[in-house]
Amino acid sequence: MQRSNTYLFPFLLLFLVLLFCFVLNLSLGSVAIPFNDTLTSILGGQIENESWQYIIWNYRIPKAFTAILVGSGLSLSGLLMQTLFRNPLAGPFVLGISSGASLGAALLIMGSTLFSQWFIFEVINDVSLAIASSIGSFLVLLAVIAVATRVKDTMALLIIGLMFGSITAALVSVLSYFTDADKLQQYIFWAFGSVGNLSGFQLALLSVFIFIGIILSIISVKSLNALLLGENYARSLGVHLKKTRFIIIIATGLLAGAVTAFAGPIAFIGLAVPHLTRQIFNTTDHKILVPAVLAYGAILLLLCDLIAQLPSSSYVLPLNAITSVVGAPVVIWLLVRKKKMIF
Amino acid sequence: MSIGYTSRKEKTIIANHINFGLKKGELGAIVGINGIGKSTLLRTLGRVQPKLSGSILINNTPIEALKSDALATLVSVVLTEPIASKNLTVLQLVSLGRHPYTNWIGTLSADDQSKILKAIKILELEHLQHNKCYELSDGQLQKVMIARALAQDTEIILLDEPTTHLDLYHKVHILKLLQRIAHETKKVVLYTTHEIDLAIQLCDKMFVIKRDNNNFGAPCELIESKSFEDLFPKDTITFNPESGSFKINK
Repeated sequence: MQRSNTYLFPFLLLFLVLLFCFVLNLSLGSVAIPFNDTLTSILGGQIENESWQYIIWNYRIPKAFTAILVGSGLSLSGLLMQTLFRNPLAGPFVLGISSGASLGAALLIMGSTLFSQWFIFEVINDVSLAIASSIGSFLVLLAVIAVATRVKDTMALLIIGLMFGSITAALVSVLSYFTDADKLQQYIFWAFGSVGNLSGFQLALLSVFIFIGIILSIISVKSLNALLLGENYARSLGVHLKKTRFIIIIATGLLAGAVTAFAGPIAFIGLAVPHLTRQIFNTTDHKILVPAVLAYGAILLLLCDLIAQLPSSSYVLPLNAITSVVGAPVVIWLLVRKKKMIF
Repeated sequence: MSIGYTSRKEKTIIANHINFGLKKGELGAIVGINGIGKSTLLRTLGRVQPKLSGSILINNTPIEALKSDALATLVSVVLTEPIASKNLTVLQLVSLGRHPYTNWIGTLSADDQSKILKAIKILELEHLQHNKCYELSDGQLQKVMIARALAQDTEIILLDEPTTHLDLYHKVHILKLLQRIAHETKKVVLYTTHEIDLAIQLCDKMFVIKRDNNNFGAPCELIESKSFEDLFPKDTITFNPESGSFKINK
Protein backbone atom coordinates (compact mmCIF):
# COMPACT_ATOMS: atom_id res chain seq x y z
CA MET A 1 0.00 0.00 0.00
CA GLN A 2 1.02 3.55 -0.66
CA ARG A 3 0.93 4.43 3.04
CA SER A 4 3.88 2.26 4.10
CA ASN A 5 6.09 3.84 1.41
CA THR A 6 5.26 7.37 2.47
CA TYR A 7 6.41 6.76 6.01
CA LEU A 8 9.39 4.53 5.23
CA PHE A 9 11.83 7.43 5.03
CA PRO A 10 10.87 9.15 8.32
CA PHE A 11 10.99 5.77 10.06
CA LEU A 12 14.42 5.02 8.67
CA LEU A 13 15.62 8.45 9.74
CA LEU A 14 14.13 8.04 13.19
CA PHE A 15 15.84 4.67 13.59
CA LEU A 16 19.22 6.08 12.53
CA VAL A 17 18.86 9.04 14.90
CA LEU A 18 17.96 6.61 17.67
CA LEU A 19 21.10 4.55 17.02
CA PHE A 20 23.23 7.69 16.91
CA CYS A 21 21.75 9.01 20.17
CA PHE A 22 22.29 5.62 21.79
CA VAL A 23 25.99 5.59 20.96
CA LEU A 24 26.33 9.28 21.84
CA ASN A 25 24.69 8.62 25.19
CA LEU A 26 27.23 5.82 25.80
CA SER A 27 30.22 7.88 24.87
CA LEU A 28 29.48 11.05 26.82
CA GLY A 29 29.31 11.47 30.57
CA SER A 30 31.56 12.39 33.43
CA VAL A 31 34.24 10.45 31.57
CA ALA A 32 34.25 11.24 27.86
CA ILE A 33 34.95 8.16 25.78
CA PRO A 34 35.77 8.81 22.11
CA PHE A 35 32.88 8.02 19.76
CA ASN A 36 34.97 5.54 17.72
CA ASP A 37 36.09 3.60 20.77
CA THR A 38 32.51 3.43 22.01
CA LEU A 39 31.39 2.00 18.67
CA THR A 40 34.23 -0.54 18.66
CA SER A 41 33.39 -1.60 22.19
CA ILE A 42 29.68 -2.19 21.66
CA LEU A 43 30.34 -3.97 18.38
CA GLY A 44 32.33 -6.51 20.35
CA GLY A 45 35.81 -5.19 19.64
CA GLN A 46 38.52 -4.62 22.23
CA ILE A 47 39.58 -1.12 23.18
CA GLU A 48 42.86 -0.28 24.87
CA ASN A 49 41.46 1.47 27.89
CA GLU A 50 40.13 -1.25 30.22
CA SER A 51 38.21 1.17 32.44
CA TRP A 52 36.35 2.61 29.45
CA GLN A 53 35.28 -0.89 28.52
CA TYR A 54 34.08 -1.40 32.10
CA ILE A 55 32.19 1.92 32.22
CA ILE A 56 30.42 1.24 28.95
CA TRP A 57 29.33 -2.32 29.69
CA ASN A 58 28.56 -2.08 33.38
CA TYR A 59 27.28 1.41 33.74
CA ARG A 60 26.33 3.16 30.55
CA ILE A 61 24.65 0.40 28.54
CA PRO A 62 22.14 -0.46 31.32
CA LYS A 63 21.53 3.27 31.77
CA ALA A 64 20.97 3.84 28.04
CA PHE A 65 18.58 0.89 27.85
CA THR A 66 16.69 2.22 30.85
CA ALA A 67 16.47 5.61 29.15
CA ILE A 68 15.05 3.98 26.03
CA LEU A 69 12.47 2.00 28.02
CA VAL A 70 11.51 5.01 30.14
CA GLY A 71 11.19 7.36 27.16
CA SER A 72 9.24 4.87 25.05
CA GLY A 73 6.97 3.80 27.90
CA LEU A 74 6.03 7.31 29.00
CA SER A 75 5.47 8.52 25.44
CA LEU A 76 3.28 5.56 24.52
CA SER A 77 1.19 5.96 27.66
CA GLY A 78 0.80 9.65 26.78
CA LEU A 79 -0.41 8.79 23.28
CA LEU A 80 -2.90 6.23 24.65
CA MET A 81 -4.26 8.73 27.14
CA GLN A 82 -4.62 11.54 24.61
CA THR A 83 -6.70 9.32 22.35
CA LEU A 84 -8.71 7.67 25.14
CA PHE A 85 -9.54 10.96 26.85
CA ARG A 86 -9.92 12.85 23.57
CA ASN A 87 -7.79 15.50 25.16
CA PRO A 88 -4.47 16.78 23.79
CA LEU A 89 -3.31 17.71 27.31
CA ALA A 90 -3.64 14.20 28.74
CA GLY A 91 -0.52 12.43 29.95
CA PRO A 92 0.64 10.04 32.69
CA PHE A 93 0.74 12.93 35.16
CA VAL A 94 -2.80 14.01 34.49
CA LEU A 95 -4.41 10.70 35.45
CA GLY A 96 -2.66 10.83 38.81
CA ILE A 97 -0.62 7.70 38.11
CA SER A 98 2.71 9.44 38.64
CA SER A 99 1.43 11.13 41.79
CA GLY A 100 0.28 7.75 43.10
CA ALA A 101 3.79 6.46 42.66
CA SER A 102 5.15 9.54 44.42
CA LEU A 103 2.84 8.94 47.36
CA GLY A 104 3.99 5.33 47.62
CA ALA A 105 7.63 6.41 47.61
CA ALA A 106 6.97 9.24 50.06
CA LEU A 107 5.17 6.92 52.47
CA LEU A 108 8.05 4.44 52.41
CA ILE A 109 10.83 6.99 52.77
CA MET A 110 9.29 9.61 55.03
CA GLY A 111 6.41 7.75 56.62
CA SER A 112 8.75 5.48 58.53
CA THR A 113 9.45 8.31 61.01
CA LEU A 114 5.75 8.93 61.52
CA PHE A 115 4.49 5.38 61.72
CA SER A 116 7.66 3.61 62.79
CA GLN A 117 5.81 1.09 64.98
CA TRP A 118 3.78 -0.20 62.01
CA PHE A 119 6.62 -0.59 59.61
CA ILE A 120 7.63 -4.15 58.99
CA PHE A 121 10.58 -3.54 56.75
CA GLU A 122 12.70 -0.60 57.64
CA VAL A 123 15.08 -1.28 54.82
CA ILE A 124 14.80 1.41 52.23
CA ASN A 125 16.59 0.35 49.11
CA ASP A 126 15.92 0.55 45.41
CA VAL A 127 13.79 -2.57 45.34
CA SER A 128 11.48 -1.65 48.20
CA LEU A 129 11.19 1.85 46.74
CA ALA A 130 10.16 0.42 43.40
CA ILE A 131 7.63 -1.85 45.10
CA ALA A 132 6.18 1.01 47.14
CA SER A 133 5.80 3.32 44.18
CA SER A 134 4.34 0.52 42.02
CA ILE A 135 1.76 -0.15 44.72
CA GLY A 136 1.03 3.58 44.93
CA SER A 137 0.53 4.00 41.21
CA PHE A 138 -1.59 0.89 40.90
CA LEU A 139 -3.81 1.92 43.82
CA VAL A 140 -4.47 5.24 42.11
CA LEU A 141 -4.99 3.38 38.84
CA LEU A 142 -7.51 1.03 40.47
CA ALA A 143 -9.33 4.04 41.93
CA VAL A 144 -9.37 5.62 38.47
CA ILE A 145 -10.73 2.40 36.93
CA ALA A 146 -13.40 2.16 39.66
CA VAL A 147 -14.45 5.72 38.90
CA ALA A 148 -14.23 5.11 35.14
CA THR A 149 -16.89 2.40 35.30
CA ARG A 150 -19.29 4.84 37.03
CA VAL A 151 -18.46 8.00 35.12
CA LYS A 152 -19.28 7.72 31.43
CA ASP A 153 -17.77 11.08 30.59
CA THR A 154 -14.03 10.97 29.95
CA MET A 155 -13.59 14.68 30.59
CA ALA A 156 -14.89 14.12 34.12
CA LEU A 157 -12.47 11.23 34.49
CA LEU A 158 -9.62 13.50 33.52
CA ILE A 159 -10.59 16.02 36.18
CA ILE A 160 -10.92 13.23 38.74
CA GLY A 161 -7.38 12.16 37.81
CA LEU A 162 -6.19 15.71 38.49
CA MET A 163 -7.97 15.66 41.86
CA PHE A 164 -6.24 12.39 42.79
CA GLY A 165 -3.01 14.15 41.92
CA SER A 166 -3.85 17.06 44.22
CA ILE A 167 -4.74 14.76 47.11
CA THR A 168 -1.51 12.77 46.83
CA ALA A 169 0.51 15.97 46.50
CA ALA A 170 -1.12 17.29 49.69
CA LEU A 171 -0.35 14.06 51.56
CA VAL A 172 3.25 14.19 50.36
CA SER A 173 3.66 17.74 51.63
CA VAL A 174 2.18 16.80 55.02
CA LEU A 175 4.64 13.91 55.21
CA SER A 176 7.57 16.11 54.25
CA TYR A 177 6.60 18.64 56.92
CA PHE A 178 6.89 16.06 59.70
CA THR A 179 9.86 14.10 58.44
CA ASP A 180 13.53 14.71 59.19
CA ALA A 181 15.99 16.29 56.78
CA ASP A 182 17.73 13.05 55.77
CA LYS A 183 14.54 11.33 54.74
CA LEU A 184 13.29 14.42 52.96
CA GLN A 185 16.50 14.58 50.98
CA GLN A 186 16.20 10.92 50.07
CA TYR A 187 12.66 11.47 48.81
CA ILE A 188 13.66 14.55 46.84
CA PHE A 189 16.46 12.60 45.16
CA TRP A 190 13.94 9.97 44.08
CA ALA A 191 11.61 12.71 42.81
CA PHE A 192 14.46 14.18 40.74
CA GLY A 193 14.19 11.20 38.46
CA SER A 194 17.08 9.10 37.21
CA VAL A 195 17.66 6.34 34.71
CA GLY A 196 20.92 5.18 36.27
CA ASN A 197 21.44 2.72 39.13
CA LEU A 198 19.04 0.02 37.94
CA SER A 199 20.16 -3.51 38.69
CA GLY A 200 19.97 -6.15 35.99
CA PHE A 201 16.91 -7.65 37.66
CA GLN A 202 15.14 -4.29 37.83
CA LEU A 203 15.96 -3.59 34.19
CA ALA A 204 14.52 -6.98 33.22
CA LEU A 205 11.37 -6.31 35.26
CA LEU A 206 10.95 -2.88 33.65
CA SER A 207 11.38 -4.40 30.17
CA VAL A 208 8.69 -6.98 30.88
CA PHE A 209 6.18 -4.31 31.98
CA ILE A 210 6.95 -2.07 29.00
CA PHE A 211 6.73 -5.06 26.65
CA ILE A 212 3.27 -6.03 27.95
CA GLY A 213 2.20 -2.39 27.64
CA ILE A 214 3.36 -2.25 24.02
CA ILE A 215 1.60 -5.53 23.16
CA LEU A 216 -1.68 -4.28 24.67
CA SER A 217 -1.32 -1.05 22.70
CA ILE A 218 -0.74 -2.91 19.44
CA ILE A 219 -3.85 -5.01 20.10
CA SER A 220 -5.81 -1.79 20.58
CA VAL A 221 -4.53 0.02 17.47
CA LYS A 222 -7.73 -0.52 15.50
CA SER A 223 -10.01 0.58 18.34
CA LEU A 224 -7.77 3.57 19.05
CA ASN A 225 -8.26 4.72 15.46
CA ALA A 226 -12.04 4.36 15.80
CA LEU A 227 -11.93 6.32 19.07
CA LEU A 228 -10.65 9.32 17.10
CA LEU A 229 -14.27 9.85 16.06
CA GLY A 230 -15.53 9.87 19.65
CA GLU A 231 -17.00 7.12 21.81
CA ASN A 232 -20.49 7.06 20.29
CA TYR A 233 -19.15 6.76 16.76
CA ALA A 234 -16.64 4.14 17.88
CA ARG A 235 -19.47 2.10 19.39
CA SER A 236 -21.49 2.44 16.18
CA LEU A 237 -18.48 1.03 14.33
CA GLY A 238 -18.59 -2.09 16.47
CA VAL A 239 -15.93 -1.22 19.05
CA HIS A 240 -16.53 -2.92 22.39
CA LEU A 241 -16.10 0.24 24.45
CA LYS A 242 -15.87 -1.19 27.95
CA LYS A 243 -13.28 -3.79 26.98
CA THR A 244 -11.28 -1.30 24.93
CA ARG A 245 -11.22 1.30 27.69
CA PHE A 246 -10.16 -1.37 30.17
CA ILE A 247 -7.27 -2.62 27.99
CA ILE A 248 -6.04 0.90 27.27
CA ILE A 249 -6.17 1.93 30.93
CA ILE A 250 -4.29 -1.21 31.98
CA ALA A 251 -1.64 -0.60 29.30
CA THR A 252 -1.29 3.01 30.42
CA GLY A 253 -0.99 2.01 34.06
CA LEU A 254 1.64 -0.62 33.35
CA LEU A 255 3.72 1.72 31.21
CA ALA A 256 3.54 4.83 33.37
CA GLY A 257 3.47 2.97 36.69
CA ALA A 258 6.51 0.81 35.97
CA VAL A 259 8.52 3.73 34.62
CA THR A 260 7.75 5.96 37.59
CA ALA A 261 8.49 3.15 40.01
CA PHE A 262 11.99 2.60 38.65
CA ALA A 263 13.00 6.00 37.34
CA GLY A 264 11.00 8.43 39.44
CA PRO A 265 8.34 10.83 38.25
CA ILE A 266 9.60 12.13 34.91
CA ALA A 267 7.57 15.06 33.66
CA PHE A 268 6.41 16.21 30.22
CA ILE A 269 7.74 13.32 28.11
CA GLY A 270 4.34 11.63 28.02
CA LEU A 271 2.60 14.86 27.09
CA ALA A 272 5.09 16.37 24.63
CA VAL A 273 6.35 13.40 22.59
CA PRO A 274 3.02 12.46 20.94
CA HIS A 275 2.65 16.08 19.79
CA LEU A 276 6.22 16.24 18.51
CA THR A 277 5.68 12.97 16.67
CA ARG A 278 2.58 14.36 14.97
CA GLN A 279 4.76 17.20 13.67
CA ILE A 280 6.92 14.75 11.69
CA PHE A 281 4.37 12.09 10.89
CA ASN A 282 1.45 14.14 9.78
CA THR A 283 -1.05 11.40 10.55
CA THR A 284 -3.55 10.26 13.13
CA ASP A 285 -3.21 6.57 12.29
CA HIS A 286 -2.08 4.70 15.40
CA LYS A 287 -0.48 2.02 13.22
CA ILE A 288 2.11 4.68 12.37
CA LEU A 289 1.96 6.68 15.60
CA VAL A 290 2.61 3.83 18.06
CA PRO A 291 6.03 2.81 16.69
CA ALA A 292 6.94 6.43 15.89
CA VAL A 293 6.13 7.60 19.42
CA LEU A 294 8.17 4.72 20.89
CA ALA A 295 11.24 5.70 18.86
CA TYR A 296 10.82 9.44 19.38
CA GLY A 297 10.35 9.06 23.14
CA ALA A 298 13.50 6.94 23.38
CA ILE A 299 15.52 9.52 21.43
CA LEU A 300 14.29 12.44 23.51
CA LEU A 301 15.01 10.73 26.80
CA LEU A 302 18.49 9.63 25.66
CA LEU A 303 19.20 13.28 24.83
CA CYS A 304 17.71 14.58 28.07
CA ASP A 305 19.78 12.08 30.04
CA LEU A 306 22.83 13.20 28.07
CA ILE A 307 22.24 16.82 29.11
CA ALA A 308 21.54 15.79 32.70
CA GLN A 309 24.92 14.04 32.87
CA LEU A 310 26.63 17.37 32.08
CA PRO A 311 29.32 15.80 29.85
CA SER A 312 32.89 16.09 31.11
CA SER A 313 31.86 17.29 34.55
CA SER A 314 31.32 15.31 37.71
CA TYR A 315 27.88 16.82 38.34
CA VAL A 316 24.59 15.19 37.45
CA LEU A 317 21.49 17.34 37.10
CA PRO A 318 18.01 16.04 38.02
CA LEU A 319 16.55 14.34 34.92
CA ASN A 320 13.09 15.59 35.84
CA ALA A 321 14.28 19.18 35.62
CA ILE A 322 15.76 18.65 32.15
CA THR A 323 12.64 16.98 30.75
CA SER A 324 10.53 19.86 32.12
CA VAL A 325 12.86 22.47 30.67
CA VAL A 326 12.71 20.72 27.29
CA GLY A 327 9.07 19.65 27.43
CA ALA A 328 7.24 22.71 28.76
CA PRO A 329 8.47 25.13 26.06
CA VAL A 330 7.52 22.55 23.43
CA VAL A 331 3.94 22.53 24.71
CA ILE A 332 3.85 26.35 24.83
CA TRP A 333 5.34 26.55 21.33
CA LEU A 334 2.75 24.14 20.00
CA LEU A 335 -0.07 26.15 21.56
CA VAL A 336 1.23 29.47 20.21
CA ARG A 337 2.38 28.36 16.77
CA LYS A 338 -0.48 26.03 16.00
CA LYS A 339 -3.07 28.17 17.83
CA LYS A 340 -4.71 25.00 19.09
CA MET A 341 -3.42 21.62 20.08
CA ILE A 342 -4.93 18.92 17.98
CA PHE A 343 -4.55 15.22 18.23
CA MET B 1 -41.69 1.52 22.19
CA SER B 2 -40.86 4.23 24.65
CA ILE B 3 -37.60 6.12 24.80
CA GLY B 4 -35.87 8.33 27.29
CA TYR B 5 -33.11 8.30 29.85
CA THR B 6 -32.54 6.21 32.95
CA SER B 7 -30.64 7.40 35.94
CA ARG B 8 -30.03 5.32 39.02
CA LYS B 9 -33.32 6.29 40.63
CA GLU B 10 -35.80 7.01 37.91
CA LYS B 11 -36.69 6.71 34.28
CA THR B 12 -37.38 9.88 32.37
CA ILE B 13 -39.72 8.96 29.56
CA ILE B 14 -39.30 11.36 26.66
CA ALA B 15 -41.78 9.83 24.24
CA ASN B 16 -44.23 6.94 24.23
CA HIS B 17 -46.31 4.95 21.77
CA ILE B 18 -43.70 4.94 19.04
CA ASN B 19 -44.63 2.46 16.37
CA PHE B 20 -43.41 2.52 12.81
CA GLY B 21 -41.42 0.62 10.21
CA LEU B 22 -39.52 1.34 7.02
CA LYS B 23 -38.92 -0.87 4.01
CA LYS B 24 -35.74 -1.18 1.93
CA GLY B 25 -35.25 1.73 -0.45
CA GLU B 26 -37.28 4.20 1.59
CA LEU B 27 -36.23 7.63 2.79
CA GLY B 28 -37.86 8.42 6.11
CA ALA B 29 -37.91 11.55 8.26
CA ILE B 30 -38.64 11.99 11.96
CA VAL B 31 -40.18 15.42 12.51
CA GLY B 32 -41.45 17.29 15.54
CA ILE B 33 -40.86 20.41 17.58
CA ASN B 34 -37.69 21.10 19.57
CA GLY B 35 -37.14 18.87 22.60
CA ILE B 36 -39.84 16.37 21.66
CA GLY B 37 -37.34 13.52 21.40
CA LYS B 38 -36.39 13.22 17.73
CA SER B 39 -32.70 12.79 18.42
CA THR B 40 -33.36 10.52 21.40
CA LEU B 41 -35.47 8.32 19.14
CA LEU B 42 -32.80 8.20 16.46
CA ARG B 43 -30.02 7.49 18.94
CA THR B 44 -32.14 4.74 20.50
CA LEU B 45 -32.75 3.18 17.09
CA GLY B 46 -29.01 3.16 16.45
CA ARG B 47 -28.37 1.64 19.92
CA VAL B 48 -26.26 4.65 20.86
CA GLN B 49 -28.44 4.69 23.99
CA PRO B 50 -30.71 1.98 25.45
CA LYS B 51 -34.47 1.96 24.92
CA LEU B 52 -36.84 2.02 27.90
CA SER B 53 -39.37 -0.52 26.67
CA GLY B 54 -40.68 -2.11 23.51
CA SER B 55 -38.67 -3.61 20.69
CA ILE B 56 -36.58 -2.53 17.72
CA LEU B 57 -36.35 -5.08 14.94
CA ILE B 58 -34.02 -5.23 11.96
CA ASN B 59 -35.10 -7.92 9.46
CA ASN B 60 -37.18 -9.37 12.33
CA THR B 61 -34.15 -9.63 14.65
CA PRO B 62 -34.26 -7.58 17.85
CA ILE B 63 -31.22 -5.30 17.93
CA GLU B 64 -30.28 -6.33 21.48
CA ALA B 65 -29.66 -9.82 20.14
CA LEU B 66 -27.01 -8.52 17.76
CA LYS B 67 -23.36 -8.27 18.78
CA SER B 68 -21.90 -4.81 18.42
CA ASP B 69 -19.75 -5.79 15.42
CA ALA B 70 -22.75 -7.44 13.72
CA LEU B 71 -24.87 -4.35 14.35
CA ALA B 72 -22.10 -2.21 12.88
CA THR B 73 -22.53 -3.99 9.54
CA LEU B 74 -26.29 -3.30 9.59
CA VAL B 75 -26.67 0.22 10.97
CA SER B 76 -24.48 3.28 10.48
CA VAL B 77 -25.09 6.61 12.20
CA VAL B 78 -24.32 10.27 11.58
CA LEU B 79 -24.67 12.10 14.87
CA THR B 80 -24.77 15.80 15.74
CA GLU B 81 -21.83 15.56 18.14
CA PRO B 82 -18.51 16.76 16.72
CA ILE B 83 -15.85 14.16 16.00
CA ALA B 84 -13.11 13.90 18.62
CA SER B 85 -10.11 14.49 16.37
CA LYS B 86 -10.38 17.09 13.63
CA ASN B 87 -6.83 16.22 12.64
CA LEU B 88 -8.08 13.30 10.54
CA THR B 89 -7.98 13.72 6.78
CA VAL B 90 -11.17 13.22 4.80
CA LEU B 91 -9.80 10.00 3.35
CA GLN B 92 -8.83 8.62 6.78
CA LEU B 93 -12.21 9.54 8.25
CA VAL B 94 -14.13 7.86 5.45
CA SER B 95 -11.80 4.84 5.74
CA LEU B 96 -12.82 4.44 9.39
CA GLY B 97 -16.25 3.47 8.04
CA ARG B 98 -14.70 0.18 6.97
CA HIS B 99 -13.78 -0.60 10.60
CA PRO B 100 -16.32 -3.46 11.04
CA TYR B 101 -14.91 -5.31 8.03
CA THR B 102 -11.14 -4.99 8.49
CA ASN B 103 -8.79 -7.39 10.27
CA TRP B 104 -7.44 -6.99 13.82
CA ILE B 105 -5.07 -4.17 12.94
CA GLY B 106 -7.36 -2.48 10.43
CA THR B 107 -5.70 -3.25 7.07
CA LEU B 108 -7.83 -2.10 4.16
CA SER B 109 -8.41 -4.69 1.44
CA ALA B 110 -8.86 -3.82 -2.24
CA ASP B 111 -12.61 -4.17 -1.72
CA ASP B 112 -12.46 -1.75 1.22
CA GLN B 113 -10.44 0.73 -0.85
CA SER B 114 -12.92 0.66 -3.72
CA LYS B 115 -15.90 1.16 -1.37
CA ILE B 116 -14.16 4.12 0.26
CA LEU B 117 -13.41 5.73 -3.10
CA LYS B 118 -16.97 5.07 -4.26
CA ALA B 119 -18.41 6.79 -1.17
CA ILE B 120 -16.08 9.77 -1.71
CA LYS B 121 -17.16 9.94 -5.35
CA ILE B 122 -20.89 9.82 -4.58
CA LEU B 123 -20.50 12.75 -2.15
CA GLU B 124 -18.26 14.60 -4.65
CA LEU B 125 -15.41 14.95 -2.17
CA GLU B 126 -12.54 13.91 -4.46
CA HIS B 127 -10.89 17.33 -4.40
CA LEU B 128 -10.99 17.42 -0.57
CA GLN B 129 -9.86 13.91 0.25
CA HIS B 130 -6.40 14.90 1.49
CA ASN B 131 -7.65 17.91 3.46
CA LYS B 132 -7.79 17.84 7.26
CA CYS B 133 -11.23 18.01 8.84
CA TYR B 134 -10.49 21.29 10.63
CA GLU B 135 -10.08 22.93 7.22
CA LEU B 136 -13.59 22.03 6.12
CA SER B 137 -16.81 24.03 6.34
CA ASP B 138 -19.80 22.64 8.27
CA GLY B 139 -21.50 21.56 5.07
CA GLN B 140 -18.40 19.82 3.76
CA LEU B 141 -17.86 18.06 7.07
CA GLN B 142 -21.46 16.87 7.03
CA LYS B 143 -20.91 15.38 3.57
CA VAL B 144 -17.75 13.66 4.82
CA MET B 145 -19.69 12.11 7.70
CA ILE B 146 -22.34 10.88 5.27
CA ALA B 147 -19.57 9.43 3.08
CA ARG B 148 -18.22 7.61 6.12
CA ALA B 149 -21.66 6.14 6.82
CA LEU B 150 -21.91 5.09 3.15
CA ALA B 151 -18.50 3.44 3.29
CA GLN B 152 -19.73 1.44 6.27
CA ASP B 153 -22.05 -0.15 3.70
CA THR B 154 -24.99 -0.86 5.98
CA GLU B 155 -28.62 -1.59 5.12
CA ILE B 156 -29.73 1.22 7.39
CA ILE B 157 -28.32 4.75 7.69
CA LEU B 158 -29.51 6.94 10.56
CA LEU B 159 -28.77 10.65 10.47
CA ASP B 160 -29.40 13.12 13.28
CA GLU B 161 -30.27 16.54 11.87
CA PRO B 162 -28.01 16.26 8.82
CA THR B 163 -29.12 19.62 7.40
CA THR B 164 -28.76 22.01 10.36
CA HIS B 165 -26.26 24.85 9.81
CA LEU B 166 -26.65 24.53 6.04
CA ASP B 167 -28.17 27.04 3.62
CA LEU B 168 -31.26 26.14 1.61
CA TYR B 169 -29.30 25.03 -1.45
CA HIS B 170 -27.07 22.70 0.55
CA LYS B 171 -29.99 21.38 2.59
CA VAL B 172 -31.79 20.40 -0.62
CA HIS B 173 -28.55 19.05 -2.06
CA ILE B 174 -27.95 16.76 0.93
CA LEU B 175 -31.57 15.62 1.11
CA LYS B 176 -31.74 14.82 -2.61
CA LEU B 177 -28.54 12.88 -2.17
CA LEU B 178 -30.05 10.89 0.71
CA GLN B 179 -33.10 10.25 -1.45
CA ARG B 180 -30.87 9.01 -4.27
CA ILE B 181 -28.91 6.78 -1.90
CA ALA B 182 -32.12 5.26 -0.52
CA HIS B 183 -33.72 4.68 -3.90
CA GLU B 184 -30.68 3.56 -5.87
CA THR B 185 -28.85 1.42 -3.34
CA LYS B 186 -32.04 0.06 -1.69
CA LYS B 187 -30.99 1.22 1.76
CA VAL B 188 -33.22 2.46 4.54
CA VAL B 189 -32.31 6.08 5.21
CA LEU B 190 -33.89 7.73 8.25
CA TYR B 191 -33.13 11.24 9.47
CA THR B 192 -34.43 13.77 11.98
CA THR B 193 -35.21 17.28 10.88
CA HIS B 194 -36.93 20.59 11.64
CA GLU B 195 -37.51 21.37 7.96
CA ILE B 196 -40.92 19.80 7.64
CA ASP B 197 -41.76 21.36 4.28
CA LEU B 198 -38.61 19.94 2.71
CA ALA B 199 -39.30 16.53 4.23
CA ILE B 200 -42.86 16.59 2.85
CA GLN B 201 -41.48 17.17 -0.64
CA LEU B 202 -38.69 14.59 -0.57
CA CYS B 203 -39.48 11.76 1.84
CA ASP B 204 -41.28 8.51 1.21
CA LYS B 205 -42.43 8.16 4.80
CA MET B 206 -42.59 10.51 7.77
CA PHE B 207 -42.92 9.96 11.49
CA VAL B 208 -44.48 12.92 13.28
CA ILE B 209 -43.82 13.01 17.04
CA LYS B 210 -46.32 15.06 19.03
CA ARG B 211 -46.95 15.31 22.72
CA ASP B 212 -50.04 13.07 22.86
CA ASN B 213 -50.16 11.14 19.61
CA ASN B 214 -47.66 10.18 16.93
CA ASN B 215 -48.45 9.69 13.26
CA PHE B 216 -46.67 7.69 10.61
CA GLY B 217 -47.25 7.48 6.88
CA ALA B 218 -46.47 8.90 3.46
CA PRO B 219 -46.43 12.73 3.43
CA CYS B 220 -49.68 13.02 1.41
CA GLU B 221 -51.49 10.65 3.77
CA LEU B 222 -50.32 12.68 6.72
CA ILE B 223 -51.54 15.90 5.10
CA GLU B 224 -54.94 14.29 4.48
CA SER B 225 -55.22 13.06 8.05
CA LYS B 226 -54.36 16.62 9.20
CA SER B 227 -51.35 15.43 11.20
CA PHE B 228 -49.39 18.63 10.67
CA GLU B 229 -52.20 20.98 11.66
CA ASP B 230 -51.66 20.75 15.42
CA LEU B 231 -47.87 20.36 15.28
CA PHE B 232 -47.27 23.98 16.28
CA PRO B 233 -49.57 26.24 18.36
CA LYS B 234 -52.25 27.39 15.93
CA ASP B 235 -52.17 31.05 16.92
CA THR B 236 -48.63 31.50 15.59
CA ILE B 237 -48.20 29.05 12.72
CA THR B 238 -50.79 27.38 10.48
CA PHE B 239 -50.33 24.58 8.00
CA ASN B 240 -51.44 25.04 4.42
CA PRO B 241 -52.44 21.59 3.08
CA GLU B 242 -52.48 22.74 -0.57
CA SER B 243 -48.86 23.88 -0.72
CA GLY B 244 -47.66 21.54 2.01
CA SER B 245 -45.99 24.37 3.89
CA PHE B 246 -46.31 26.42 7.06
CA LYS B 247 -47.39 30.05 7.22
CA ILE B 248 -46.76 32.56 9.99
CA ASN B 249 -49.93 34.21 11.28
CA LYS B 250 -49.68 37.96 11.05
